[in-house]
Amino acid sequence: MNLLNFRRFAIVLTLVWLGLFVLVPHVLVLLTSVMSPDAQHLAVWPLTLNSWERLFEPVYAEVFWRSLWLSTLTTVICLVLGYPFAYIVAKLPNVWRGVLLFLMIVPFWTNSLIRTYAIKLILGNKGLVNAALLGTGVVDEPLQLLYTPFAVVFGLVYVLLPFMVLPLVSSFDKLDSTLLEAAQDLGASFWARFRLIIVPLTMPGIIAGSLMVFLPAMGMFYVADLLGGAKNLLLGNIIKNQFLVVRDWPFGAAFSVALIVIMAGLLWLYFLANRRINRQGGLDDESL
Amino acid sequence: MKAFKWSFIIAIFAYLYLPIGILVINSFNASKYGYEWKGFTFEWYAKLWENEALTQAFLNSLLVASLAATAATLIGTLMALALHRYRFPLKATASSLLFIVMMSPDIVLAITFLVIFIALGIQLGFWSLLIAHITFCLPFVVITVYAQLKGFDKYLLEAAQDLGASESRIFRLIILPLVFPAIVAGWLLSFTLSLDDVIISSFVTGPSFEILPIRVFSMVKVGVSPEVNVLATLLLAISLFLVTLSTLLLRRKH
Repeated sequence: MNLLNFRRFAIVLTLVWLGLFVLVPHVLVLLTSVMSPDAQHLAVWPLTLNSWERLFEPVYAEVFWRSLWLSTLTTVICLVLGYPFAYIVAKLPNVWRGVLLFLMIVPFWTNSLIRTYAIKLILGNKGLVNAALLGTGVVDEPLQLLYTPFAVVFGLVYVLLPFMVLPLVSSFDKLDSTLLEAAQDLGASFWARFRLIIVPLTMPGIIAGSLMVFLPAMGMFYVADLLGGAKNLLLGNIIKNQFLVVRDWPFGAAFSVALIVIMAGLLWLYFLANRRINRQGGLDDESL
Repeated sequence: MKAFKWSFIIAIFAYLYLPIGILVINSFNASKYGYEWKGFTFEWYAKLWENEALTQAFLNSLLVASLAATAATLIGTLMALALHRYRFPLKATASSLLFIVMMSPDIVLAITFLVIFIALGIQLGFWSLLIAHITFCLPFVVITVYAQLKGFDKYLLEAAQDLGASESRIFRLIILPLVFPAIVAGWLLSFTLSLDDVIISSFVTGPSFEILPIRVFSMVKVGVSPEVNVLATLLLAISLFLVTLSTLLLRRKH
């Protein structure tokens, strides 16, 4: 292979793959959302905004708000747990740091669906938590934990916590500890150092982690299916139903595009914050 | 303070590992429902062996994860190289698209894949699943390899170029050995993501090619199946084995 061929091969492969399997599909979903549903051909002409109007029907608006609320709650809990955790891990000697980060990845190998199923055994009426509570006499009757919003958030935090921790750790890695020492020498309290130095400098990690938790959370239909029961559906359940069961593709697509719009808005905030902090972005940003 | 730190870390890992611990213990538990310990047994392992649909799905999952990881690593390395070394039209668009893939919630990616496969007339099954898995793993490989490429001495490449080495020769003899650790890391990450995926797989595979999450989903929705615990345990063991192997291989190389 001469220079031209190798270079051309790499470039063409990049453009064709990303164009065919990323760009075109996204455009097609956008297009589908304004087409008319059809049982046989999935989506047909003419163009219509019907599906978009249906998004605002009370029953769907309710799922939308519930998803937003549960995802926000999940993100906040992940941040509260993940932030100190990432800080501690980042400050450990290299060997420990590697081991702990490795241990964060290991659970993924048992497939998140199977792990979610195991949570049922913890939260169920005869599960671990209730057995402990009954055994110690804290309660007389098993608590209804499973099939509640609590169970859904418990499962979402469980599956998504590593996605919060990993960007935060790399953010803490980049944090210049001499800045903190200087602030301390100059008499800044822990709170002042935290608020004025640590949080602003790890902001890209906070935002990246929050996005990596918040956005997927709304789509995790299997967590809602297994732990939430019929009453605690997420956006993902609706999209899945519209595509795979009801087969109203335009309506499902409209839901997905709404999710993309939310994503775009949040990403835009992310870039603004990022630019303010280290004046770089896109692929060069290693906080992801 | 130190005690507090470690108890916090232990509490987090207890949370992450409790469900997995339960799966592993229950894979040897004689009780079918797994709420209490009723003695040690290999019964479920034997049951799994007889359950052909489930073992097939299990093997399919491993097959797709290894193939997707390998292909994503190959393609992703070339992409990272193209983005790092070459100038070409639409380069900024290409990196934005990779970024979109990384940030898009799985459910959105799942829809886009489903729509394009239907539009192209690709039958949902092995190939659609493989293409989808390769694509969602790509940005993670590109980021890892790209970071490594940025880190090494560019004069090395210029020297090679001045001495008349062809681009593919430079790639083979200089770039590849230098970014090898990143390539291995990218492969492992891809393998992990592919094996863990539920959402995208549910949309892009068909009855002709069933993989684990789809099979398990229908099983756990109707009732309890102890074979699932066995599968989880085996998956964990196999993955740990693969990682140990790759770490050892890497260590020998350096």
